Amino acid sequence: MTERLAMLAPLALPLLILLPLAWAALAFVLGTGRGSRLAIAAAAVQLMLAFALASAVMDGGPLHHAAGGWGAPLGIDLVADGLAAAMLLLTQAVALPLFIFARGYFHQDGARPDAAGHHFWPLAGFLVAGMNALYLSEDIFNLYVTLELVGLAAVGLVASGGGAAQTAAALRYLFAALLGSGAYLLGVALLYGAFGSVSMATLTPLIAGASASAGAGASEVALIAALLMMAGLLMKSALFPFHFWLPPAHGGAPAPVSALLSALVVKASIYLVLRLWLGPLAPLLTPLAWLPTLLGTAAILWGSWRAIHAERLKLLVAYSTVAQLGYLFLALPLVGVGSTGASASAILTLQALAHGLGKAAMFAAAGIIIHATGRDRVDDVAGIAERLPLTLFTFALAGVSLMGLPPSGGFLAKWLLIDLAMARGHWPLVAVILAGGLLAAIYIFRVLRLAFLNLPEAVIEAEHHKARVVPRSAEWMAFTLAAASVLLGLFGGLPLLQLVDGVGAGEGVTSGVTSGLVPGLTSGAVVGAP
Amino acid sequence: MTTNELLPLLVLLSSLLPGLVIFALPEAWHGLRTTLNLFGALAKIVLVGLLLAGVQAGEVYGFRHVVAPGLELVFKADALGLLFITLSTVLWLFTTLYAIGYLEGAPHRSRFFGFFSLCVTATIGIAMAGNLFTFFVFYELLTLATFPLVAHRGTPDAKRGATVYLGYTLVGGAALLAGIVWLESLSHHTGFTHGGFVATLLPGNEGALKAIFVLLIAGVGVKAAIVPLHGWLPKAMVAPAPVSALLHAVAVVKAGAFGIVRIVYEVYGAETAHALGLMTPLAVLAAITILWGSLRALFQNELKKRLAYSTVSQVSYIVLGTALFGPIGTIGGLVHLVHQGVMKITLFFAAGTYAETLGIHKISEMDGVGRRMPLTTMAFSLGALGMMGAPLTAGAVSKAWLGDGAVAASMDWAVWVLTVSSLLNAAYFLPILWRAWVRKSPEHWPDEHIVRRGYVETHWLLLIPLLVTAALSVLFGVLPADMASPLSWAQMIAEREYFLPQR
Repeated sequence: MTERLAMLAPLALPLLILLPLAWAALAFVLGTGRGSRLAIAAAAVQLMLAFALASAVMDGGPLHHAAGGWGAPLGIDLVADGLAAAMLLLTQAVALPLFIFARGYFHQDGARPDAAGHHFWPLAGFLVAGMNALYLSEDIFNLYVTLELVGLAAVGLVASGGGAAQTAAALRYLFAALLGSGAYLLGVALLYGAFGSVSMATLTPLIAGASASAGAGASEVALIAALLMMAGLLMKSALFPFHFWLPPAHGGAPAPVSALLSALVVKASIYLVLRLWLGPLAPLLTPLAWLPTLLGTAAILWGSWRAIHAERLKLLVAYSTVAQLGYLFLALPLVGVGSTGASASAILTLQALAHGLGKAAMFAAAGIIIHATGRDRVDDVAGIAERLPLTLFTFALAGVSLMGLPPSGGFLAKWLLIDLAMARGHWPLVAVILAGGLLAAIYIFRVLRLAFLNLPEAVIEAEHHKARVVPRSAEWMAFTLAAASVLLGLFGGLPLLQLVDGVGAGEGVTSGVTSGLVPGLTSGAVVGAP
Repeated sequence: MTTNELLPLLVLLSSLLPGLVIFALPEAWHGLRTTLNLFGALAKIVLVGLLLAGVQAGEVYGFRHVVAPGLELVFKADALGLLFITLSTVLWLFTTLYAIGYLEGAPHRSRFFGFFSLCVTATIGIAMAGNLFTFFVFYELLTLATFPLVAHRGTPDAKRGATVYLGYTLVGGAALLAGIVWLESLSHHTGFTHGGFVATLLPGNEGALKAIFVLLIAGVGVKAAIVPLHGWLPKAMVAPAPVSALLHAVAVVKAGAFGIVRIVYEVYGAETAHALGLMTPLAVLAAITILWGSLRALFQNELKKRLAYSTVSQVSYIVLGTALFGPIGTIGGLVHLVHQGVMKITLFFAAGTYAETLGIHKISEMDGVGRRMPLTTMAFSLGALGMMGAPLTAGAVSKAWLGDGAVAASMDWAVWVLTVSSLLNAAYFLPILWRAWVRKSPEHWPDEHIVRRGYVETHWLLLIPLLVTAALSVLFGVLPADMASPLSWAQMIAEREYFLPQR
């Protein structure tokens, strides 16, 4: 079985892009019924491919694929390293349960889906194709193309609901996205003009050389280019203060769309920030590392504050995304390893994964609650524990991961992040991370404690008549996502960190420390380790 | 996996799995839910019995699970852990029985018993934690599992109480987290070791180690309800009686007290903590808590509130014993961990039985209740006498050892604290006993649910558990030096802490 999977791995690179493109087009032709079944089947195949790819990368290092047999510099190179493989895994792992959820959500009671349901499948296909292509791209121009593809599909998804508020939110999103990718493209053009290449591998030594010889013209151009690219990407990543477009867009869209956007789409541009900041642009941007940290801190505080005071449930979840994205920028100055031997980018990937799974689950749960009660205010959650226990449990589990409480993936990431910050002596960061967790607890328990309230019998009776049925499959898929986010902390951390850092990183620290704690135990006692 | 690795895992699973299944059970499946509950509780008792026998024979139990490079969940069932495991396992069985009777016919029982089982699982995890990381994981899980139990009634009051509880415990958790990671970044491991492990960081890190100690103790001190971190405890009284019993005797406050014991003895080590000058401030804090809790208890008219403040006071006996440098104080503190649990759970069971049977919530309503419910009141009286430290009760044994420990550690003021506290205990418990036994009963009880039938004064499930725990509290007092008593076990632990060569 594993050998079969290993043989699949090289094929996975082009297939992960081509497959979603194919089913997106087919879903458009076939209509929602067969189109959604096709999408779900294809998403399952994609998940398998992503697994094969990740395990191949873990065993044998990065994989390359020259598209159409034409590699760089003439053609397009597809590259999957540990970081890319992890993000691909996240995308497919969130997409599959979400698609099953969406099918249940859009096709309730055997009724014909509305406009949002019709447009969902083709647009979601293009979105997934765009994201997969982005993670596999190796040159900064190709990255621009994929970024644009992702942005346009996402705007289409937001607009697909069709209401006036949604159209306005989509338009605002579109302008922000275009501004962001425009700035990025400008930066790419400047870099190409200065160095004559768009390949990251080629650019890295050139930029390092240019910035080493201070005063050269190329260095200044490169710095302006880097700043433009980063400004554009931060705009698309909705980092405070560029977050203004996110809450209306994510809070207004249908639940499956909000989940896709919050869990996956913003991660794509953040991935690029990480990749460029720690990669080719590192020599230029390292002195500025305090800036994203500062903005990330502001995002955590401001996003949490707005979530605590949000009146609508989905807006609360959307502002929680603004806050949680802040964590992903905190660690940019923390290059190096902490006492556990995990690198900053590995920890951030873990955080991105935990947030992706948890936030998808939370938006899905919020969607179910809103659909069942027919109202979307936070106060309307009162008494929901009685009617939708599974969904409430889902919301709580997702919340556990967002608050960074054990044993969730969010907790593991938070622990490692604090450890790293302490190892590097960044004490204020420790305070921010701890405060962020407590603020998250305030807005999440704001919902949970209402849910346990007993309502008067008359109200329950009246609610019962209005209640609409949500398919069990949708409820269970949301639960699956939330459970995955929690179990990630127990079973996913080790393989994931090893995938991003390469096997063997941090091993020296591990073995010296823990032996002899529990006498009489052999190494066979390690449970669940791969 | 060998048997020695499997056994601790099974102890955890024996409450986790039934709990998860119970969540999924429809409300009406009363029989299956009860069966699962009791099966889990009994299975856990058998498994813990096996562990006890094994540990006494010198076996080592434990397993580990790596979650990230350099970060592992380590479980071990050592002597100290088993003291707490045995306490919670035995009391869990009786609390489950009591809760089945207490909640008969009440709504949301699947949810209740599901979280109830999770709560016990978290407690066992805390007891078996082999390093601070594992301890923290289960410490926070305990917070999460108890929140729905405190909020269970669904009234606005319950909502408020649960919110206060959560606020205190989550902030405490954050402090604990900061302390643990800081310590880890210094020492690169956080495994509990006989005699502690921070001594290797000295000299050079005194300031950091003191700050870490404050963070750690503040973190676990919230659950142990050390003044001024005790504010949540009286507020959490809105919970149903079995939950209060669980919070006060078994799970939450005990997890805090147990954490303090682990941190002082197996992270810092009594010697190092003493050398760093940390023991005396901790003892003073415990003394203040003991007196403050007793004082506040005097002025409560609500029975459960008075018991709550009594808990604040009594749990700090454990902390005081831990902070008295020397084996005798250690034995006093450890033995009180068990004794306070058995006595306090009796009192809370009795309070719940009064409320369920006659609708009595206030002390002023307790006139003559001894004649209507002699068995319950007898058990309540035994528990109360134990709290005062009357001879031939478990409380007397604890107080004797604590007093001797204070003298041995040449902290004579602590003896005065204990004496004053005993007097205060008498001042807030004796009036209750006077009312219950001597005063005349009123014409009507506030709200009589359960009618008396012959000698059966209330539902048998509300009666049996509290009679058993009352009997235990006397038994521990009468036969303190017996083989299977908590005292002999505590002596064994203290011997290992102070006399075993450090590894």
